[in-house]
Amino acid sequence: MTRRAAAAALLVTLLAGCAGPEAMLDPFGPSARNTALLWWIMFGMGTAVYVVVMVLVVLAFRRGRRRPADDPALAARDEDTSPVNRRLMIFGGIVGPALVLLVLNVISVPMGMAVGDRGASAEGVEGFAEEDVVVNVTAELFWWRVEYPGRDVITANEIHIPAGEQVRVRLTSQDVIHSFWVPKLAGKIDATPGHTTELVLEADEPGRYRGRCTEFCGLAHAQMIIHVVAQERAEFDAWVEHQQQPQPQPPTERLEEGRQVFFGSSCVYCHTVDGHGPPNQIGPDLTHLASRETIAGGILPNNRGNLAGWIVDPQAQKPGNLMPGTQIAGEELDALLDYLESLE
Amino acid sequence: MSAETTVLHEADYAVLDRTWDRKPGLRGWLGQCNHKTVGLRFIVTSLFMFLLAGALALVMRMQLAVPEANVTTPEVFNQLFTMHGTLMMFMFVVPMFEGLAIYFLPLQLGARDMPLPRINAFGYWAYVGGAGLLLTSIFFGAVPDGGWYAYVPLTTAEYSPGLNLDFWLLGVTFVEISAIVASIEIIVLIFRSRAPGMTLARMPIFAWANLVTSGMILAAFPPLVAASLLLEVERKLGTAFFDAARGGDPLLWQHLFWWFGHPEVYIQLLPGLGILAAVIPAMTRRRLPLRWLVVGSFIAIGIVSFALWVHHMYATGIPTQALQFFGAASFMITIPTAVIIFAYVGAVWTGHVRWTVPMLFAVAFLVVFILGGITGVMVAVVAFNWQIHDTYFVVAHFHYVLFGGSVFPIFAGLYYWFPKLTGRQPNRAAGLWAFWLMFIGFNVTFMPQHILGFLGMTRRLWTYEAGLGWTIWNVISSAGSGLLGLGVLISVVAFAVAWRRGEPCGDDPWQASSLEWSLPSPPPNENFAHLPVVTDQEPRWDAGSRPHPHETTAWYQELASPPEGQREAVLTTVADARPQAIVVLPGHSLWPLWLTLAILVGLVGVLFDLYVVAIVGLVGIFVTLVGWLLPDSLVDARPAADDDAPGDPAATGGGRR
Repeated sequence: MTRRAAAAALLVTLLAGCAGPEAMLDPFGPSARNTALLWWIMFGMGTAVYVVVMVLVVLAFRRGRRRPADDPALAARDEDTSPVNRRLMIFGGIVGPALVLLVLNVISVPMGMAVGDRGASAEGVEGFAEEDVVVNVTAELFWWRVEYPGRDVITANEIHIPAGEQVRVRLTSQDVIHSFWVPKLAGKIDATPGHTTELVLEADEPGRYRGRCTEFCGLAHAQMIIHVVAQERAEFDAWVEHQQQPQPQPPTERLEEGRQVFFGSSCVYCHTVDGHGPPNQIGPDLTHLASRETIAGGILPNNRGNLAGWIVDPQAQKPGNLMPGTQIAGEELDALLDYLESLE
Repeated sequence: MSAETTVLHEADYAVLDRTWDRKPGLRGWLGQCNHKTVGLRFIVTSLFMFLLAGALALVMRMQLAVPEANVTTPEVFNQLFTMHGTLMMFMFVVPMFEGLAIYFLPLQLGARDMPLPRINAFGYWAYVGGAGLLLTSIFFGAVPDGGWYAYVPLTTAEYSPGLNLDFWLLGVTFVEISAIVASIEIIVLIFRSRAPGMTLARMPIFAWANLVTSGMILAAFPPLVAASLLLEVERKLGTAFFDAARGGDPLLWQHLFWWFGHPEVYIQLLPGLGILAAVIPAMTRRRLPLRWLVVGSFIAIGIVSFALWVHHMYATGIPTQALQFFGAASFMITIPTAVIIFAYVGAVWTGHVRWTVPMLFAVAFLVVFILGGITGVMVAVVAFNWQIHDTYFVVAHFHYVLFGGSVFPIFAGLYYWFPKLTGRQPNRAAGLWAFWLMFIGFNVTFMPQHILGFLGMTRRLWTYEAGLGWTIWNVISSAGSGLLGLGVLISVVAFAVAWRRGEPCGDDPWQASSLEWSLPSPPPNENFAHLPVVTDQEPRWDAGSRPHPHETTAWYQELASPPEGQREAVLTTVADARPQAIVVLPGHSLWPLWLTLAILVGLVGVLFDLYVVAIVGLVGIFVTLVGWLLPDSLVDARPAADDDAPGDPAATGGGRR
């Protein structure tokens, strides 16, 4: 292999280490970009420190290998015979690290503060302008409930935000501790029962950004995915307006039949459509199910096949999730699927 | 001086040997409390735990090698990573360090035994009892699955209704008690049982490392015991310490856990640095430079490590300004660590390096641990931590720190002291194969995990989908883990073979400086027939420090030929190690074992909600404690015959009758 090919191969490897749907070094928002820059600064500093120390180690071993066993210096009782030791320990052990850490602190603290307000959040939406977007996210075993206070929108596993704007995400949990992380946009923050934490999300440009639960939360922890959908402001407003609409009475007999199946089965113990269902809202709200791109906690594309498999045997797709399988088959299942697919 | 000098009677080796030997039969075997037996039991048991925990990791790497593999179910995977972490942290590293300290510290300090031998034996039985309880969970299909830091509320009865977490809480707590007991024992040993003349300034760094570690254990483990009891009470009786809905707070657990958990990281590092402070001077024939600075650095690490616990909690929503403080505190600990590392580098620089297997493992420490330390500084940076917290970057980081700072030094220590344990050397070729496989395998396993972290792979995922760019790095990592496992296996086989059939290597194959190498290998039952008198930090490199028949006193002679059956040891002062008294140490006892069994009965009663059994256990604890304290086992101290001897016996020349 030529040197150029080797360099190219190395570059490709490095790039492969940076790209991917959940890659934090491929940032699409100011917060993640800030942190990616911080990483590359630290990578440079860390590499320099490591190389210097390893060079000293190699030098030390070369010296040590060459010195004969009967060197009189070895028998010296005074431990500080060699000034090289004092230099190594004072400069390598104290002065060097202190300087490097001071520089790193001076760089990293302002960058940390610049990431924006984080941490505990006050209740309510006071202090926000009407057009500001605030999202309340409740992490549940093993999906995300997404609500827009003041906008009367509720959805699941998908957060729509206007691109180029700061969006406040306020997190809490109903059950165990989860953590919310969309690597291309911002760092993670925990969702803890009894606490509300807050995070600012901002996406540079429209797109879909994938994230996941990062605090171990039980059996289906690996399959608790969140998608952030950044849209142009007009598109976002249209989406909000659409989500605010109630579902019309089913226009066809076929859909009415599916609706009957839905409300006649165990689905309604946990799910609602247009507020019809259990008062305590156990599972995701299905009013606009068909407008979402994924189901099952963000792991499956929302299509007919997946929907059918999920309804009949959810444990096969996502072991440990809380949804029981439903005994619906044949014609009834078809009608139900038709109905669910109509819930735009 | 010469006129008063008396020639010491030949030590009565036969009497000493009988006195310090164990009793015959199974009862004798079970009732042993000599530090060499207890230490070796700790070492062998913890090595078994290491193999077990490593095997669990290999299964995890098989499951994670490719997307959507089906080697394990999610239930089993959660049990695998929980037990891997728990066994490695609680059942391997800490007990292994305790075992090495219990075996070798008395030899290095010139003592005949630990000062509280029965409590020492109890420490071992408590460890076996706790580990046994934890491992029994497999027979009840209730292997713990809440992760090694068992965050509430996931681990409360509501979300983990099985017995899994009860096994974890009770088993781990019992092992913690074992560690606390061992720490008390080690502190008393270091302060009161050093050979005459071994002032604190002349004490080996290995002892300093263990002294600081033991102090840290005393400060860090009781809060975890308390937290575990709170959680167990919450699970069994429905209290609300951690329940947000009833006024408790789940974050309380995290503060309590990391108050233990962060010092724990250094508890697993300092004894490793201590081992290297024995290995590196021996392999370079060079004293550690600036010894006072090294000792001060150990103490500084011990103190500062208690100011860092929040750096595991950056993502919990604590205000950013507060986090910056913990970030800066985390930076600070770099300095004493760097001082210690450069002391080792300096010893190499100005020494005569020998390429032995222990030295290779010391080099592996330098290469691996320093990298882990650098990523550790990065992880402590608040904004960066928000991104990489709980990802494989962190997994890679702490394996670099723990493998570099604990496992490589442990193997350096095992290869270094194996000749002392057995009088034999393990096969050098096997040692080299083991070293290179472990070193290369380790890096191939964990280097790609840094990249996986950048690609968004988080911890404790039992599966992942294709298309995330993770597959290639996982394949490499899993392949590396196979090499690593093979290397460890070769080491263990080499030790096992060499135990009986290794090449005899004499008493001191390394020409090392500390006192254990002045003894035959393996050391005799009583360790030192003639107590050494120490005049230097490196007693074996200083002619004056050998056991010196002409510089002795009456009590000294008496110690060499005690009355039949009296395990006599000398008690010295804390700072300058002047002899103060001869103490008769208790020997053989089954009470530590009975006490452990009684505690186990109590724990099993609590575990299965059989409160009658729990009360039986409680009564048993009381009965065995009374039995233990019956007069035959009371320590009988009497003043040394010449405790009016002024100053250091070595300095005065002794010899007064």
